[in-house]
Amino acid sequence: MRTKTTALPSEDKRWRIVMATMRKHGFAPDALIETLHSAQEAFGYLDDVALRYAADSLGIPISRVYGVATFYNLFTLKPQGEHTCVVCLGTACYIKGGPQILSALEQATGIKRGETTPDKQVSLVVARCLGTCGLAPACVFDGDVAGKIEPSQAVARIKEWETT
Amino acid sequence: MTRVFTLTIDDREATGREDETILQVARDHGITIPRLCQLDGLSNIGACRLCVVEVRGVPKLLPACTTFINEGMEVYTNSERLQKYRRTIIEMLFAEGNHICSVCVANGHCELQSMAIQLGVDHISLPYFYPKRTVDASHERYALDRNRCILCTRCVRVCAEIEGAHTWDLMARGSQTTVITDLHQPWGTSESCTSCGKCVQVCPTGALFEKGNAVGEMTKHNSFLKTLAEMRENDK
Amino acid sequence: MNTDELHELATAAKEAQTAFDHRIIVCSGTGCQSLQSEQVYESIEGELKSRGIGHRCSVVHGGCRGLCEAGPLVSVEPDHLLYQGVKTDDAPELVDSLDAAPVERLTLDVSIPFFSRQKKIVLEHNGMIDPESIESYMATGGYSTLVRILAELTPAQVIEQLTKSGLRGRGGAGYSTGLKWNTVAKAVANHRYVVCNGDEGDPGAFMDRSVMEDVPHQLIEGMLIAAYAVGADAGYLYVRAEYPLAVKRLRRAIRQAEKHGLLGHDICGTRFSFKLDIRLGAGAFVCGEETALIASIEGRRGTPRPRPPYPAAHGIWGYPTLINNVETFANIVPVLREGGEWFSTIGTERSKGTKVFALTGSVSHTGLIEVPMGITLREIVYEIGGLPPGKRFKAVQTGGPSGGCIPAEHLDIPVDYESLAQVGSFMGSGGMIVIDESACMVDVAKFFMEFCMSESCGKCIPCRVGTAEMYHLLDKITLGEATLDDLAMLEDLADVVKHSSLCGLGQGSPNPVVSTLRYFRSEYLAHIVDKTCPAGVCTIHQEVGV
Repeated sequence: MRTKTTALPSEDKRWRIVMATMRKHGFAPDALIETLHSAQEAFGYLDDVALRYAADSLGIPISRVYGVATFYNLFTLKPQGEHTCVVCLGTACYIKGGPQILSALEQATGIKRGETTPDKQVSLVVARCLGTCGLAPACVFDGDVAGKIEPSQAVARIKEWETT
Repeated sequence: MTRVFTLTIDDREATGREDETILQVARDHGITIPRLCQLDGLSNIGACRLCVVEVRGVPKLLPACTTFINEGMEVYTNSERLQKYRRTIIEMLFAEGNHICSVCVANGHCELQSMAIQLGVDHISLPYFYPKRTVDASHERYALDRNRCILCTRCVRVCAEIEGAHTWDLMARGSQTTVITDLHQPWGTSESCTSCGKCVQVCPTGALFEKGNAVGEMTKHNSFLKTLAEMRENDK
Repeated sequence: MNTDELHELATAAKEAQTAFDHRIIVCSGTGCQSLQSEQVYESIEGELKSRGIGHRCSVVHGGCRGLCEAGPLVSVEPDHLLYQGVKTDDAPELVDSLDAAPVERLTLDVSIPFFSRQKKIVLEHNGMIDPESIESYMATGGYSTLVRILAELTPAQVIEQLTKSGLRGRGGAGYSTGLKWNTVAKAVANHRYVVCNGDEGDPGAFMDRSVMEDVPHQLIEGMLIAAYAVGADAGYLYVRAEYPLAVKRLRRAIRQAEKHGLLGHDICGTRFSFKLDIRLGAGAFVCGEETALIASIEGRRGTPRPRPPYPAAHGIWGYPTLINNVETFANIVPVLREGGEWFSTIGTERSKGTKVFALTGSVSHTGLIEVPMGITLREIVYEIGGLPPGKRFKAVQTGGPSGGCIPAEHLDIPVDYESLAQVGSFMGSGGMIVIDESACMVDVAKFFMEFCMSESCGKCIPCRVGTAEMYHLLDKITLGEATLDDLAMLEDLADVVKHSSLCGLGQGSPNPVVSTLRYFRSEYLAHIVDKTCPAGVCTIHQEVGV
């Protein structure tokens, strides 16, 4: 176990959560993915400061940290929008109209999948399979799963965000 | 005690130690198996798939670089099917990147090029991807042209395993995969790079080269690797 | 914890349940939760409270009943009633009915083939236990198998029972579980790992999610038995982060088991110790491949490495590692409780037991089903699922991105590892998608190829480049721009990628193309030669003036 701990990058209290995750795993290099999860949960995305902090604390080469952070789909190096809409494109949803929902949302927001609107309000994300195939096609609006949804309903949900 | 096995490779009798791979034993007996990611002195990863061979009784093809020999093994390294697969794999590399030999510093000294010639790849029928890739010439002495990179990861391995700097790694995945230095930053600004140049010497193509070379001038010298690897092994 | 203590806890839990005249169980699976089952739970709870009959009737959470599309599902015990599509407003009527006639308009007929044709082993608790309560699991006999094994059986005897059962891995390839356990047990090492592969990533599959969410303790007990049998002292549950509810419940279950001395040091007073940790995936399908999964547990990029050496000999940090998937571990408790002999009487000669499928697509009843091996595809599609009125069956897709599409002519094959492989598909982890006439098979093949292309780790050339080349060719076909030479090239590439790729993802990626070409070649030719999409899915721009 590493005993010498790296100083927190700033006063921000959220770093303590990240630090606690690493301590729980004894600052072992194999805790990298858990650490990145924790940092992303705390800050919404992974910036260079977070990546360097993880690398220094766990004793991992910085290029490897970057390699891991960009390998996995769930990690994002860019800040996300205020709201997130996930469109499921698993097989069942694909066959039952997922692509039509996605294109309706892309048209309504003017952004493509994986992007965030310029006003940082909405991020449009595509998922492989949410595992709610019985409710296909499905979307997730800020964590709420909505099943058997029509393109127009999905667009309406997004519009709600704009007005609030 | 290490055992010695007897086997056949392409119907020729061969012997080798149990800790030797098919690739090593074949070479000892004068049989060269094509490979691109493998390089003596670096760890073997079985990634380029050029060295896959047929082993009687095994339904799947096995990479010669990571498969250890066994008593009575019957290995076939050069069937028509394997030759076809290898040609397609080479074609894939040409289609995936932007390889224009006539303007490349490594023209005439390139392992991809010589492998293509050796395997009889005289044209590419697969559709080209024409990817947009970047060049990093920020390092004082060396440069990286990602258009010519085949992702063999020799640079990553030599830097981590021999030099111990681990400046290189891969980012993203699938066809988006690229080699990076440190935090995906210009090579010249890397804090971990020792400018030792080992990555440049082990690179099989013109992706990594010394600045100041003109077309066809970049010859690679990687004989240091075997010595270094052996010395490290002896020190253990 | 010993047998007596466990018995005491179980009895107390059982008594607590029977103290009520009625028990209302609200499904808390992801499917029902997304249909506001939590609000339904709260409204029922509020209704009971306001009427002051909370002492006579309890309301609890339960696991998935399988028929997710009819959710939220609410059952009433011991009356054996199942209600579908329950809304918050229905709470008063539901509570009214407790000592009267059932609410007819909400009643779900449990005698329909969807329920009656199933055989539950993995899902034996069938949504009846509270996923967040270890006592609820104990009340049904939970952990008694483990306690008995630790007291009465040697590790070798456990493996013997397992081998006798004929259980094969439920992750896809169908390797003999007994043989795998034996290999790990025999490996020379002073330290071994047991890993549960919960990285269920096939699009259209959610069997494992349901097991992890509903019966986390059944999974943990299975892993404990495995650890005892192979001599492992540490283990990991690798769960995809896309399943937050499963992660939450597994974490809670581990804490509960630790508290009762069922995980940790000197379990049940024996010298057997086992430490179990959760590791989260981060969105990479390839991590379902066991060597990639190991890399990911070690905190690295999830890229596979060539096998051999197999993880059973050389796994996490080089130690022998037993990796089984969720459904396999969930089978362990029933197998060991009833005996290998019993299990081997279910199923076909070479495929024993049951298989859980996620039945989706063009069927009237979509959801989770568990059927005995050997049942025909026709029975699943037409009887359990049932085709919606006006729809015509075209194919059933099994095995996910490595699987294939099976046409009507093969619907009478039995569901087992060999038969599915024979018709060009694959058991896979259990996704089963019914495709009707309105789908274009080239488009379906393109969908899976896009998946493999995006999920390719990029390590080996045939998969990294080959899947992208194949995707572009399929795209060209669906746009009506391809030639017969392109089709020939597609078939050539499928052969190269299948045989020269490093891992199962690459090797399996051409299967959807190969199987649709085998059974639906005319659809490919229609796109290429006639420039039309028979199903009307693909947008083909007709050349003007031809």
